[in-house]
Amino acid sequence: MRLTLEIWRQEAPDEAGRFVTYEMEDVSPHMSFLEMLDVLNERLVDEGEKPVAFEHDCREGICGSCGMLINGKAHGPMRATATCQLHMRHFSDGDHLIIEPWRSAAFPVIKDLVVDRAPFDHIVQSGGYVSVNTGSAPDANTIPIGKERADRAMDAAECIGCGACVAQCPNGAAQLFTAAKVAHLASLPQGQPERYRRVAEMVETMERYFGSCTNYGECEAVCPKEISIDFIADMNRDYLKSKLRGGESG
Amino acid sequence: MGRLSDLYHSAVGKKALMAVSGIVLFGFVLVHMAGNLKLYQGAEKLNAYAAWLRQIGVPLLPETGALWVARLVLLAAVGIHIVAAYQLTRLNQRARPVGYRDRSAVQATYASRTMRWGGVIILLFVVYHLLHLTWGTVHPDFVHPEVVAGGETEYDVFHNVVTGFRVWWVSGFYIVAQLALGLHLYHGLWSLFQSLGLPNQSAQPWRRRVAAVFALVVTVGNVSFPISVLGGWVG
Amino acid sequence: MTLEARVPDGPLAEKWQRHRDRLKLVNPANKRRFDVIVVGSGLAGGSAAATLAELGYRVQCFCFHDSARRAHSIAAQGGINAAKNYQNDGDSVWRLFYDTIKGGDFRSREANVHRLAEVSMAIIDQCVAQGVPFAREYGGTLANRSFGGAQVSRTFYARGQTGQQLLLGAYQALSRQIELGRVTMYPRTEMLDLVVSDGRARGIVTRNLRTGAIETHTADAVVLATGGYSNVFFLSTNAKGCNVTAIWRAYRRGAYFANPCFTQIHPTCIPQSGDYQSKLTLMSESLRNDGRIWVPESADDERPPGDVPKEDRDYYLERKYPAFGNLVPRDIASRAAKEVCDEGRGVGPGGRGVYLDFADAIQRLGRDTIADRYGNLFEMYERITGEDPYEVPMRIYPAPHYTMGGLWVDYDLMSTIPGLFVIGEANFSDHGANRLGASALMQGLADGYFVLPYTIGDYLAQHMGEEPLATDHPAVRETVAEVEKRIGVLLAADGDRTVDSFHRELGALCWEYCGMSRSASGLRKALEEIPALREEYWQRVNVPGSAEELNQALEKAGRVADFFELAELMCRDALDRGESCGTHFREEHQTEKGEALRNDEEYTYVSAWEFQGDEAEPELHREPLEFEAVSPSQRSYE
Ligand SMILES: Cc1cc2nc3c(=O)[nH]c(=O)nc-3n(C[C@H](O)[C@H](O)[C@H](O)COP(=O)(O)OP(=O)(O)OC[C@H]3O[C@@H](n4cnc5c(N)ncnc54)[C@H](O)[C@@H]3O)c2cc1C
Ligand code: HEM
Ligand code: HEM
Ligand code: SF4
Ligand code: F3S
Ligand code: FES
Repeated sequence: MRLTLEIWRQEAPDEAGRFVTYEMEDVSPHMSFLEMLDVLNERLVDEGEKPVAFEHDCREGICGSCGMLINGKAHGPMRATATCQLHMRHFSDGDHLIIEPWRSAAFPVIKDLVVDRAPFDHIVQSGGYVSVNTGSAPDANTIPIGKERADRAMDAAECIGCGACVAQCPNGAAQLFTAAKVAHLASLPQGQPERYRRVAEMVETMERYFGSCTNYGECEAVCPKEISIDFIADMNRDYLKSKLRGGESG
Repeated sequence: MGRLSDLYHSAVGKKALMAVSGIVLFGFVLVHMAGNLKLYQGAEKLNAYAAWLRQIGVPLLPETGALWVARLVLLAAVGIHIVAAYQLTRLNQRARPVGYRDRSAVQATYASRTMRWGGVIILLFVVYHLLHLTWGTVHPDFVHPEVVAGGETEYDVFHNVVTGFRVWWVSGFYIVAQLALGLHLYHGLWSLFQSLGLPNQSAQPWRRRVAAVFALVVTVGNVSFPISVLGGWVG
Repeated sequence: MTLEARVPDGPLAEKWQRHRDRLKLVNPANKRRFDVIVVGSGLAGGSAAATLAELGYRVQCFCFHDSARRAHSIAAQGGINAAKNYQNDGDSVWRLFYDTIKGGDFRSREANVHRLAEVSMAIIDQCVAQGVPFAREYGGTLANRSFGGAQVSRTFYARGQTGQQLLLGAYQALSRQIELGRVTMYPRTEMLDLVVSDGRARGIVTRNLRTGAIETHTADAVVLATGGYSNVFFLSTNAKGCNVTAIWRAYRRGAYFANPCFTQIHPTCIPQSGDYQSKLTLMSESLRNDGRIWVPESADDERPPGDVPKEDRDYYLERKYPAFGNLVPRDIASRAAKEVCDEGRGVGPGGRGVYLDFADAIQRLGRDTIADRYGNLFEMYERITGEDPYEVPMRIYPAPHYTMGGLWVDYDLMSTIPGLFVIGEANFSDHGANRLGASALMQGLADGYFVLPYTIGDYLAQHMGEEPLATDHPAVRETVAEVEKRIGVLLAADGDRTVDSFHRELGALCWEYCGMSRSASGLRKALEEIPALREEYWQRVNVPGSAEELNQALEKAGRVADFFELAELMCRDALDRGESCGTHFREEHQTEKGEALRNDEEYTYVSAWEFQGDEAEPELHREPLEFEAVSPSQRSYE
C-alpha cells in the first residue's frame, strides 16, 4: 500500500523543528510500524539524508522505549498497543499519517521523535521502592498474599514507563505513571511500612516536572498496558492521608 | 493549618480542596434548586420560604445570621475553588507549552474538556444572577423586601422571578448557564471522587452514574424554572 | 597465561560457603573509598550496582538506554527457577544443579552451577521482599510452573512478564541507591573501550549518546554486565540494541572470550514474515506446557491445519521423546523443528514453521483457563500475525535467542584481566553448551545480588589505598585516541551501503553456517566470507551525520563493526569444537538417531580465546572441565 507520512524533524533540542513529508510505496501490511520507518530510514540514508531518529529497543511492547504520536494518538490507533506492536494492516492504502514526538515541558525533544524522559526516573528515585537491602529478606512464603491482591499489584506494576500517558494528557500530567508505581507497592504487604512517605515523596517529585490531573482519562485510553485511572484515585487518597496525618506511616 | 497550607502547596492537595469546595458549592446548588421548586407551589409558599431562610436559628442567632454563615462558607468555597482552578490551569499550561499539530480527544468527555470555560460561564452567571434576583440592580421590575407591620419583612421573590424570566433573553441566558453548570457538574462530581480517592475501593463504575444523576437533577430542575415561566405555566 | 579457574576445594556442596569464609573483606569505612564501575543496568548490572552501593562502595553505573529500566532483561517472559521445592515435588538444590548441568550438556563448571542452584532460593526471597508481584495461589503462597528440561515445577513467574518485574525490582533498588547518592547513574552512555593499565582494568571510555562527547571514567574495578550478543544474527529475539561491543572491546584488551559458538536457538518464535523483518518475537516456552507441536505427515499436505485429521499429523516431539514430549530442552526442540522443515513438512509462508496447537488443551481445560495462562501471549501473537491462536494453531520457528558464550571468568567472576569482572549473560559461566529455560534470570540475579558483591571485595582488598587512574594518564589518553579514531573512520567511509544492509548479510551468513547446525566445510566457507564482507564494510558503509550529536546510525555502525569480528571468532570456535554438544550441532557428529554426539575424550573443555592483534589468529586456551559429582552421560530425553 501507499502512505504519506508527515514526520516531525528537529536536529537538536534548541533548534526549531518542522514537519517533512515522505511518500512511502509498497508498504506491506505485515510490517510493523517501526519496520515501516526502518524502510524509510534505509531509503533516506541511501539518498544521503539523515534517518529519522526514534527510540526503540525490544520491539515487543515491554521496554517502553518506543513512542510517538500517530495521527493525534500516542502509540497510534490501536488500544493497548505500543508503537512497536502496531502493524501496518491496521492502516489503509492512501492514508496520511502525521507523526509527532511526545510533547510535554518535562519531556524536551532531543532529536526528531526522541524525547528525554528522565523525570520518570527521578520520580521512582524519590521513593518508588521498598527499602530492603540485599540479603535481609525472609523466606518468600512467609508473607502470604492473596491471589486477588497479587493480581492487582501486577495490574499496576505492568507499566512500561513509555510516557504515552504524559504525552496524551492535555495537562502533561504524569499521574498515571506515578499512580501505577504507588499502587503496585501500596497493594502489597511489603509496601506498607513506607506507604505514606513514599506517596508523598513521589507525588511531590512528580509535581516538580509535570502538570496536574483534571481526570480527563486520556492517559488510560492510550496506555499500552491499559493501566486504570482508578489507581490515580488510590494515589490521591494515600497522598491526602499522608499529608493530613503529617506524613506518618500507617 | 500548617498541614492545610502544606497540602495547598501541592497540586494534588489543591485538587482536593477544589473537590471539597466543589462539594460545598454542589450542596448549595442542589438545595437552592430544591428550594426554588416552591415556585411551583405558588407565590405564598415561595415568599414564605425566602422569609424562613432569614429566620433560621432565631432567636439563638440574630436574623439572617445563619444565612450569613452560609454565605461566608459559600464565599470561601468560591474563592478557593476559583483561585485553585486558576493556579492549576496555569500550571497545566506551563506543563504542556507546545501542542500537537493533530490531536483529537481519545476518550476525554466534552464535559471534562470544558471545565475551565464552563467555570467562567458559571462565574459570570452568578454575578449577573445576584445583580438580577438578589439586589435587583439589573432587574427592571424588582420588588425589594419591605418591613411591614409587626416588624416582619415581606418578600416578593415570586414576583421577581416571574417577571425576570418573562424577558426571553434573560431566560435564555439562564438556560445556557444551567447547561454549562450541568456539564461542569457531570464531570466535576465524578472527578471529585477521583480527586479525593473515594470511595475506598477502586473500580466503582457507579461513580459516573451518581455524577450523571445529580448533574441531571440539578440541571433539569433549574432549567424548568425559566421554561415554566416562559411557557406560562407559572405566574 | 594459564587459565586459573580458582575453584575452591572441598566437597561440591560446601565450596561456596568455604570460599566465602575465606574471602578477604573490606571494612565498611574502606568500602567508601572504592569506586566501582558497573556497565549495564539489566538484571545482572542493576542488581550488582544496587547491592555494591548498599555495601558502601561508590558505584558508577552505565547503560546505553535512556533509562536503567529498559535493559533487555525486561523482555524475559517465562520465569525464573529456584530450588524452593514449594510444590513438594521432590525438587532440591541437587536436582536444579543436575538439571542445569545436564541441560548444558556437561560443558559447564560444576562448582559454578552448584553455587547458582544454592543461591537460587535467596533470589526469590529478595525479589519478593522488594515487592515483585509473582503469581500466587488463592491461598496466598507462591505459584510455580514447569519449564523445558525439568520434571519438577520450580519456575516462579509474574504473568508473562517475569523479566520485567524482576528488572523493575532491581531498578527500584538501584533507584534507591541513586537517591542516596551512592550510585551515579549514566544513562544514554555507551562504553566503547576498556582502559587497561599495568595489566589491570582501571576504567572505561564512553560516548555520551546525546551529545556525542567522548568521556573517561576510572575506578578501582570494572564490572561488565552488558548482556548477550545474539544480534550478531541480525534477526534474533533480542532487543535491537543488544550488542557485543563492551565485551568485545575487553576481549581486544586481553580478556579471554569463552565458548563464543554456544548460541541458543529458541524453538518457539514467530516465523519471519518478510525481508523487512527487524527482529523475531519469542513466544514463551511455557506455551509448550499445554500446546502440542506438530506438522503434517506428508510434505505435500496443503490443507489448512483444522482440516488435517489427527492421523495425518506428526506430533514429532511426542513421538521421538515420549518421556519429555513437548517439554524437551530447547536445543532438541529447535533441531527437531529444523529437521521436519528440511524434509519439506514445514508450514506457513516459505515452509519455515511448525504448528503449536492449543485445540486439545482448550478442549480439556476450557478456553478460560488457557486465556488465564497465556492470554497475553496469545494477544501478542495475534497482534503480530493477525491470526487468532484460539482458533488457528500458532506457527512457530526457532530463532537465535541467548548466548551461553561470553567473556571467560573464574569462580570469582573475574576475567583474565584483573579487576575486570563479568556477570550475567555477558560471561560464559553457568550454562555450558545450552541454557535451560528460566535460568538466565536466575544467573543474572545470582551474580549481581549474591556472588559478585562478595568476590569483588576480595580483589579490592588487595588494592587498598591505591588511587583510581588520573583521567589524563597515558593509558587513558591512548584509549580515548583509539576510540575517536575508530569513530572517525566509520564516519569518513562515506560509502554507498547502509549499516543494516551489511548487518543483514552478516546475520544471514552466521545463520547459514553457524546457526542451528554447522559443518566444517560450511564454517570454513564462512571464515572466508565474513572477513571479506568486513573489508567491504569498512570501505562502503555509509554513516550519515556527525559524531557530535545523537546519531543512531553511528551507534549501530560501531556495534556492527564489532559483530563482524565476533562472527569470525564464533565460526573459528565452532570449527575447533569437533563434536556436537547442546546447541552446537556439528553435522559430522551425530548419533544414528540424529542426536548430538558429544566427544568427551577430546572436548571436555571450555575454549577461551585470546586476542593476538588484528592480523594474527587468536590463540585458543583450554580450561579442562572436571566432573566430580556427576558423570557426563549421553543426554536422553526419551
Ligand atoms: C525475549 C526473551 C525472553 C527471555 N525469557 C527468559 C526467561 O523467561 N527466563 C530466563 O531465565 N531468561 C530469559 N531470557 C534471557 C534473559 O532475559 C537474559 O539472558 C538476561 O536478562 C540478561 O540479563 P543481563 O543483565 O545480563 O543483560 P541485559 O538485561 O541485556 O542488560 C544489558 C545492559 O547493558 C547495557 N549495555 C550493553 N552494552 C553496553 C555498552 N556498550 N555500554 C553501556 N551499556 C551497555 C544495556 O544498556 C543494559 O542496561 C529471555 C531473553 C529474551 C531475549
Ligand atoms: C465560579 C466559577 C467556577 C470555576 C471557574 C470553576 C472551575 C473549575 C475547574 C477548572 C475545575 C477543574 C479543576 C481541575 O480538575 O483542575 C472545576 C472542578 C469542579 N468544580 Fe468548578 N468551577 C466553578 C464553579 C463551580 C460551581 C458553582 C460548582 C458547584 C456547583 C463547581 C463544582 C466543581 C466540582 C465538583 C469540581 C470537581 C473537583 C474535582 O475534580 O475534584 N464549580 N471547577
Ligand atoms: C434557574 C435557576 C435559579 C433560580 C430560579 C434562582 C433563583 C434565585 C432567587 C430567587 C434568589 C434570591 C433568593 C432570595 O433573595 O431569597 C437567588 C439567590 C441566589 N442564587 Fe439563585 N437561582 C437559580 C440558580 C442559581 C445557580 C445555578 C446558582 C449558583 C451557581 C445560584 C446562586 C445564587 C446565589 C449565590 C444567591 C444569593 C443567595 C444569598 O442571598 O446569599 N442560583 N436565586
Ligand atoms: S502508565 Fe501506561 S502510558 Fe503511562 S508510562 Fe506506564 S505504560 Fe506508559
Ligand atoms: S489524561 Fe491527564 S488529566 Fe489526569 S486522568 Fe489522565 S492524567
Ligand atoms: S520498542 Fe520496546 S516497547 Fe516498543
